[in-house]
Amino acid sequence: MARAVTTKQKVIYTLCAWAVGITIFFPVLWTILTSLKTEASAVASPPEFLGADWTLENYAEVWQRSDYPRFFWNSVVISIGSTLLGLAVAIPAAWSMAFVPGKRTKDLLMWMLSTKMMPAVGVLIPMYLIFQRTGLFDTRIGLILALMLMNLPIIVWMLYTYFKEIPGEILEAARMDGASLKNEILYVLTPMAVPGIASTMLLNIILAWNEAFWTITLTTVDAAPLSAFIASFSAPQGLFYAKLSAASTMAIAPILIVGWFSQKQLVRGLTFGAVK
Amino acid sequence: MSTQSTRAAARLMVAPSVIFLFIWMIVPLAMTIYFSFRFYRLLSPDRTGWVGFNNYAWFLNSPDFWTAIINTLALVGGVLIITVVLGVLIAILIDQPIWGQGPLRILVISPFFIMPPVAASIWENLFMHPQNGLLAALSRGLGYDPILYLESYPMASVIFITSWEWLPFATLILLTALQSMSSEQMEAAEMDGASAFSRFRYLVLPHLSRAITVVILIQTIFLLGIFGEIFTTTQGGPGNASTTLPYMIYKQALIAKDIGRAAAGGIIAVILANIVAVFLMRAIGKHLDA
Amino acid sequence: MGKITLRNVSKKFGEVSVIPSLDLDIEDGEFVVFVGPSGCGKSTLLRLIAGLEDTSGGIISIDRVDATAMPPSKRSLAMVFQSYALYPHMSVRKNIAFPLKMAGMDAAAIDKKVEGAAKVLNLTSYLDRRPGQLSGGQRQRVAIGRAIVREPKAFLFDEPLSNLDAALRGNMRLEITELHQTLKTTMIYVTHDQVEAMTMADKIVVLQAGHIEQVGSPLDLYNSPANVFVAGFIGSPRMNLVTGADAQAEGATTIGVRPEHMDISTSAGKWSGKVSVAERLGSDTFLHVAVPGHGSMTVRGAGEVALSHGDTVHLTPQPGKVHRFGADGKNLA
Repeated sequence: MARAVTTKQKVIYTLCAWAVGITIFFPVLWTILTSLKTEASAVASPPEFLGADWTLENYAEVWQRSDYPRFFWNSVVISIGSTLLGLAVAIPAAWSMAFVPGKRTKDLLMWMLSTKMMPAVGVLIPMYLIFQRTGLFDTRIGLILALMLMNLPIIVWMLYTYFKEIPGEILEAARMDGASLKNEILYVLTPMAVPGIASTMLLNIILAWNEAFWTITLTTVDAAPLSAFIASFSAPQGLFYAKLSAASTMAIAPILIVGWFSQKQLVRGLTFGAVK
Repeated sequence: MSTQSTRAAARLMVAPSVIFLFIWMIVPLAMTIYFSFRFYRLLSPDRTGWVGFNNYAWFLNSPDFWTAIINTLALVGGVLIITVVLGVLIAILIDQPIWGQGPLRILVISPFFIMPPVAASIWENLFMHPQNGLLAALSRGLGYDPILYLESYPMASVIFITSWEWLPFATLILLTALQSMSSEQMEAAEMDGASAFSRFRYLVLPHLSRAITVVILIQTIFLLGIFGEIFTTTQGGPGNASTTLPYMIYKQALIAKDIGRAAAGGIIAVILANIVAVFLMRAIGKHLDA
Repeated sequence: MGKITLRNVSKKFGEVSVIPSLDLDIEDGEFVVFVGPSGCGKSTLLRLIAGLEDTSGGIISIDRVDATAMPPSKRSLAMVFQSYALYPHMSVRKNIAFPLKMAGMDAAAIDKKVEGAAKVLNLTSYLDRRPGQLSGGQRQRVAIGRAIVREPKAFLFDEPLSNLDAALRGNMRLEITELHQTLKTTMIYVTHDQVEAMTMADKIVVLQAGHIEQVGSPLDLYNSPANVFVAGFIGSPRMNLVTGADAQAEGATTIGVRPEHMDISTSAGKWSGKVSVAERLGSDTFLHVAVPGHGSMTVRGAGEVALSHGDTVHLTPQPGKVHRFGADGKNLA
């Protein structure tokens, strides 16, 4: 915004901005620190900062002694699974809407957006009953399906906006060059769309990993991912603070890192392309 | 651009998505409507029975319901106000010439990537806990008794936690919009003699208004369905002090196992969301490039 | 080889009729230019021939075979797009090789052809670069290279030079014309620039609102425009068109005289007025003269003309250079 700023101003701005940033980030930082303390040190009063007992035993314990790996694996399978399934369905749809738009295309897109606006509770009952009756309850497949349906509008929208940015003339050139539809998609469209598809994939993995409604209501033990696991530890019984912190850190670490790299995609995807 | 053959292929390719979403929308919604008019409790052997609007009446007559509505609106409204106001301020701050803008952005957006149960758990156990929480320690250090946040101020606590989670989203969107402002426009204004405050008021704010609209409307979609945070911390309590509409419906469905009632509640929630959706479509639809 | 025939070809977009009905013959080896103002349908016509759009009616034949229902890939036509439409993720070599790969040619043969095309177009040192690393002119040549290797029945050019700067445009015009002389393949070229049309074409097709106004060689169109529209479109600066008493005196509704066919005098002449603007190009001077009752008329003087803003001039058309048009706009000659 301002161009020529004095160094003094820059220092003040930097200090203020970083103060705000650290304050916002502090809970995460504290969690990571706590996970590295012994239980005793974690609940010490007054709280210990630098002089605490540091250890890695919490991570080892959570990972080895509890069911944690199973929940972690469920999260992985469900996030990636629903993303891949969603892409498989959405890529052809977004392709056709971007390159062969019909009269109804805009309406169709709007309608897809509207399905995302329906509150999940509105269909909780039928989903719960259907899942029970069809044996999908508490299965990973069931959750993959449910999450795919929740996020499909976002996936289609994001891919649509990315595809629209590919100049149509290049695909026409491919057609003139003798490419069949299959070859057109294989050799020209997909390579040019790969960055957009990757971004969409990242965003969807984040959304699926963090999803905290269906993952809680449609699971009990077998398919419960990390969200359900942590949610059920409201009053810490069984996991004490340091271990809870370790469990939390491991639950959020992958997505935190992925998220740091996909800020732009987040803005684009979650605003349905309205802000780029 | 298109010919017969490509058009036919195109229709075929949209079909799966449309079919999936259509089924996902229509079938369950129809079932919910159906159940909402029936007496259906999983724990009761008596299954059949058309009860008309009884389930709806139960909701509308129940004081819990109105509390839930108020709590839901408080949650949405509170988070919106906090995130938008703070979001604008923080975005402007980060946009200033500072050192380390990149790493700073990473710090600021982090809470958004934390799954709701973990975010709630962190605040509940590490900060708000009356014995071991950091805030309690702070209070004791200052000579006060620790405040029982989640018990005394349940809704406010939930609003606080949720705001912490969503502030990064608002900030990021507003920062992106801010940085997309053409500097030429600002330079022209400067040459025209506008002060920094005038530039903010007449150029920046209108430019941001579109992004703010988007933030408000997108956040509202998600905020209406907030669940994980409440489930993890207060379970809607104490009593129903922090029960929102989604949580109330959840309780009816999976705890009281009253399918009929929960279905009615679900329909009410859908109606509420549709009202919001109408406004959202109008505003965002205008801005989209479709 | 590259004979293309259009009979009763029409095109509608929804309710809007862009091309009502059109007949055209393009002989093998001709350089045909479609020219006309924006929206006249020239690009649409090209795309119909290419197969990128379906006709709403009529028949398109390529070498006497009905190609109306054939997809673009089967028509053996190559197209050079206005934006070049190069594949950004492929090297120049792969770009040029792509159509051959689609045709199933083997790798050795492909390499030979690509090298051949690159040599003709001076692209040999750029073969391994990506389009993003090339200048506009180089990209243009890659697009042409991609078209050449296919040895198509005809080349289709869609305003290929509009994205280039003036100097480059002049060079590329020459290169394309030379290419035509070397390959002797039919070329159909779309442009809104009548200078390109005049300098490059064997045959010009002037289009307006989906209708063919005239088909002929550049000099035919210049010397004998079929109607007022063609008369005003071909030739730069524009022909001076006069209606009213002066036209009726010649037995016409409109008469036209080109700026280069008028004599300038400071003493006497048919039309007189004051110079509003004098454009001095060094080689010529164009005077824009405000003639009362006739608006602004343009006249060309050779070299430098010592007249400027505010001076009075008299203009006289040279004998035999006045075109006469009737009430329907058609040439009366």
